[in-house]
Amino acid sequence: MADDGKKRRPINRQDHKTPMPEQAPEARILNYKEVPLGYTPEMAMNEATRCLQCKKAPCRTGCPVDIDIPAALDLIAEGDFAGGYRKMRETNFLPAICGRVCPQEDQCESMCVLGKKNEPVAIGRLERFVADWAMQHEDSEAGAEMPVCKPATGKKVAVIGSGPASLTAASDLVQLGHEVHVFEALHKPGGVLFYGIPEFRLPKATLVKEIDGLAKIGVTFHMNYVVGATETLSELRERFDAVFIGTGAGLPWFLGIPGENLNGVYSSNEFLTRVNLMGAYKFPESDTPVKPGSRVVVVGAGNTAMDSARTAKRLQPEHVTLVYRRSRAEMPARVEEIHHAEEEGIEFKLLHTPVEIFGDEKGNVTSVKLQKMELGEPDASGRRRPLPIEGSEFVVEADCVVVALGNGPNPLLTRVEPELELSRRGTIAVDEETLESSMKGVFAGGDIVTGGATVILAMGAGRQAARSIQRYLTTGSAAF
Amino acid sequence: MGYRILKKRVLVADPKTVYFEVDAAAVAAKAKAGQFIILRVSEPGERIPLTIAQARPDDGVTTIVVQEVGKTTHDLCNLEEGQEILDFAGPLGQPTHIEKRGTVCCVGGGIGNAVVWPQAKAFHEAGNKVISIIGARTKGLLILEEEIRAASDEVIVTTDDGSYGRKGLVTDALKEVCERETVDECITIGPVIMMKFVAATTKPFQVPTQVSLNPIMVDGTGMCGACRVTVGGQTKFACVDGPEFDGHQVDFDELMKRLAYYRDLEKISYDRALERECRCGKCEGGE
Ligand SMILES: Cc1cc2nc3c(=O)[nH]c(=O)nc-3n(C[C@H](O)[C@H](O)[C@H](O)COP(=O)(O)OP(=O)(O)OC[C@H]3O[C@@H](n4cnc5c(N)ncnc54)[C@H](O)[C@@H]3O)c2cc1C
Ligand SMILES: Cc1cc2nc3c(=O)[nH]c(=O)nc-3n(C[C@H](O)[C@H](O)[C@H](O)COP(=O)(O)OP(=O)(O)OC[C@H]3O[C@@H](n4cnc5c(N)ncnc54)[C@H](O)[C@@H]3O)c2cc1C
Ligand code: SF4
Ligand code: SF4
Ligand code: FES
Repeated sequence: MADDGKKRRPINRQDHKTPMPEQAPEARILNYKEVPLGYTPEMAMNEATRCLQCKKAPCRTGCPVDIDIPAALDLIAEGDFAGGYRKMRETNFLPAICGRVCPQEDQCESMCVLGKKNEPVAIGRLERFVADWAMQHEDSEAGAEMPVCKPATGKKVAVIGSGPASLTAASDLVQLGHEVHVFEALHKPGGVLFYGIPEFRLPKATLVKEIDGLAKIGVTFHMNYVVGATETLSELRERFDAVFIGTGAGLPWFLGIPGENLNGVYSSNEFLTRVNLMGAYKFPESDTPVKPGSRVVVVGAGNTAMDSARTAKRLQPEHVTLVYRRSRAEMPARVEEIHHAEEEGIEFKLLHTPVEIFGDEKGNVTSVKLQKMELGEPDASGRRRPLPIEGSEFVVEADCVVVALGNGPNPLLTRVEPELELSRRGTIAVDEETLESSMKGVFAGGDIVTGGATVILAMGAGRQAARSIQRYLTTGSAAF
Repeated sequence: MGYRILKKRVLVADPKTVYFEVDAAAVAAKAKAGQFIILRVSEPGERIPLTIAQARPDDGVTTIVVQEVGKTTHDLCNLEEGQEILDFAGPLGQPTHIEKRGTVCCVGGGIGNAVVWPQAKAFHEAGNKVISIIGARTKGLLILEEEIRAASDEVIVTTDDGSYGRKGLVTDALKEVCERETVDECITIGPVIMMKFVAATTKPFQVPTQVSLNPIMVDGTGMCGACRVTVGGQTKFACVDGPEFDGHQVDFDELMKRLAYYRDLEKISYDRALERECRCGKCEGGE
């Protein structure tokens, strides 16, 4: 607590996080509603009073956007939810989303001093709580508050893509008084937040509200606008004073094994897009179908794999198996997602990898051949390398296979831009400090630069680029 | 917010085939022969790909020709002049590689003739001798004959039943042309089975043959992989690598199987749409 002579609030010595109520596994696999139900005000205050208000606040260093976590938690502990919301919103423009999807165990919460002996403060849950509170109290100060934009500068900025990197850049730039136009290839804005992350993890209404907010403060959204096809980057560059590229990592990787083009083999992008963006879970109320079959095999162990497996589960096949070539310790997904997936009855086949997919005469998947793996020496990534065990292959039945191995950079925009420098991996090469690309006045950030990463890192990049763009627009150079 | 239909012309009554001029300036400004758009008619509709039949950069008009085969094309064909298409994104895919080759054969079947038209035109404008071979099951189903004639040096029409032009398949006529003279390139668009046989016809003559593939698509930007096709043993994404590929390398059988995968569900969706509109008074339908 700050040294302002206020009476010291007793610290809650509870050794674990205040539990968050959730839909029971049996109930939630029958619907698409959000799984964790959120804190009540009492729970939030109880949890926030666990915070020791550390002077050095190590938690902050774990947050890529440096939220003043102790200050926000102090306000929540006092019951000033509007204040707590405003504090978080100072540096994080999408708290309702980050509170839900950040891998807190690797970020803010991993650094919390309480975590050394006990469970850390549930920073993510509290972030989500205040954001939801503000949304439900639109009439309150915090809820109704609209960012105030600076007077118009007459400068125009194009933002390509509408994922978290782009939304953050657009938000910052419009508030600086620039005219901001967002160009999105799909028919709905939000990027992975819309087409990838499922409703039961991130309700679309939350996202839509944030995007509407941006439109209200003057950001213009152009949907169905495929940069590289509808208009090239160079052409946009000519029409605008600066450009930000936040096109994400949208090129699905496949296994490269026989049988991968059989019917019923989906990339996780296709599977999730059909369900989330196109609403296939409502078929035939919506027009786009999906065929989960009765036995689903999901390959991979990142968030995308968990989302695919849990989405499949809600389409009610008989069985969902998740196959991963390493062990549990290496699973890259958020801990909460892994836990939820297990609770929902998804079978984990760890240390296994598919080597062939078989089909029938119609070309439909019937089974998958798996091979057992063991862990060898650590590889370049520091993780132990999975090695196949000869002769350990066996076949499992499957009529749907979802390949969730991650994504590379989509070349649609970059391949027609010889001037734009790329890395060897095909990502856009940028200056680390300014995020400026090899084309003057063109900046890039998020997954298109880093490869598949996280929402909050993409947002951090959007903000960093917005600052550089501001410098570029005012001084003619992005350099410090 | 949508894309307004400026002109509608029903080319064939059954199966309903409709020509639309759509106000979509951004697409029209860029479109080249062989490219397509992805549209959604309305919420909560499916995204479907349709070839750009004609693009007029001057007045921002993009033309599509669509045949009713299921729910989405049904909804689309029911739109009238003045109404709007909700989403309309493009131009997508690689344009046809147009250059002066000499003699070019453009072979179209059914709705594929809508795609042959811009290609014949582009090859013609590039100084090629264009021989168009256009087929249909029967006379009434033949579309855009006049337009294709205007863009070709020679046109051969075939109908399965002999009701117009020559009786027989486009492949018969194509074989004769290949025997008669040197064909430097062949380009074909139509039902998959037809394209498969066109490619088989030109193979012995070693005529480079481009086929325009029509796999199921979702995003059309290379993000999902629904449109995977096997060409020369390699997996390609038709929406960004194609839709045109070397016909002598394409695995047509795989494509046919992939196109059939959702047939049961597509039927449910289509039947529901038809039922909703039925005015017989006996069934559940009616508006
Ligand atoms: C299924 C799934 C689950 C995930 N779960 C989590 C999680 O729980 N927590 C977490 O932190 N991260 C998660 N991630 C990762 C996270 O979503 C991404 O790191 C983040 O969304 C990247 O943001 P971005 O702004 O760079 O791009 P994206 O969100 O990928 O958005 C890019 C946008 O650009 C558009 N676009 C692409 N090309 C063009 C073009 N040429 N013209 C116009 N528009 C274009 C795309 O359509 C898209 O809308 C998940 C990812 C996936 C796929
Ligand atoms: C690059 C490309 C260009 C095309 N150009 C034209 C055109 O100019 N005119 C035209 O009439 N048709 C064209 N098609 C085909 C058109 O997209 C399909 O007829 C349409 O998607 C059918 O949708 P539906 O809901 O009416 O029928 P559905 O009931 O969904 O399907 C009927 C049949 O159409 C095919 N189909 C279904 N969904 C798709 C999809 N998303 N993409 C492709 N095929 C599908 C399947 O074989 C299916 O059995 C093109 C397809 C592609 C890929
Ligand atoms: S934004 Fe993410 S990392 Fe930062 S405090 Fe919130 S949950 Fe933690
Ligand atoms: S490290 Fe933990 S206890 Fe300390 S201020 Fe941050 S959240 Fe509070
Ligand atoms: S349609 Fe999705 S990648 Fe081609």
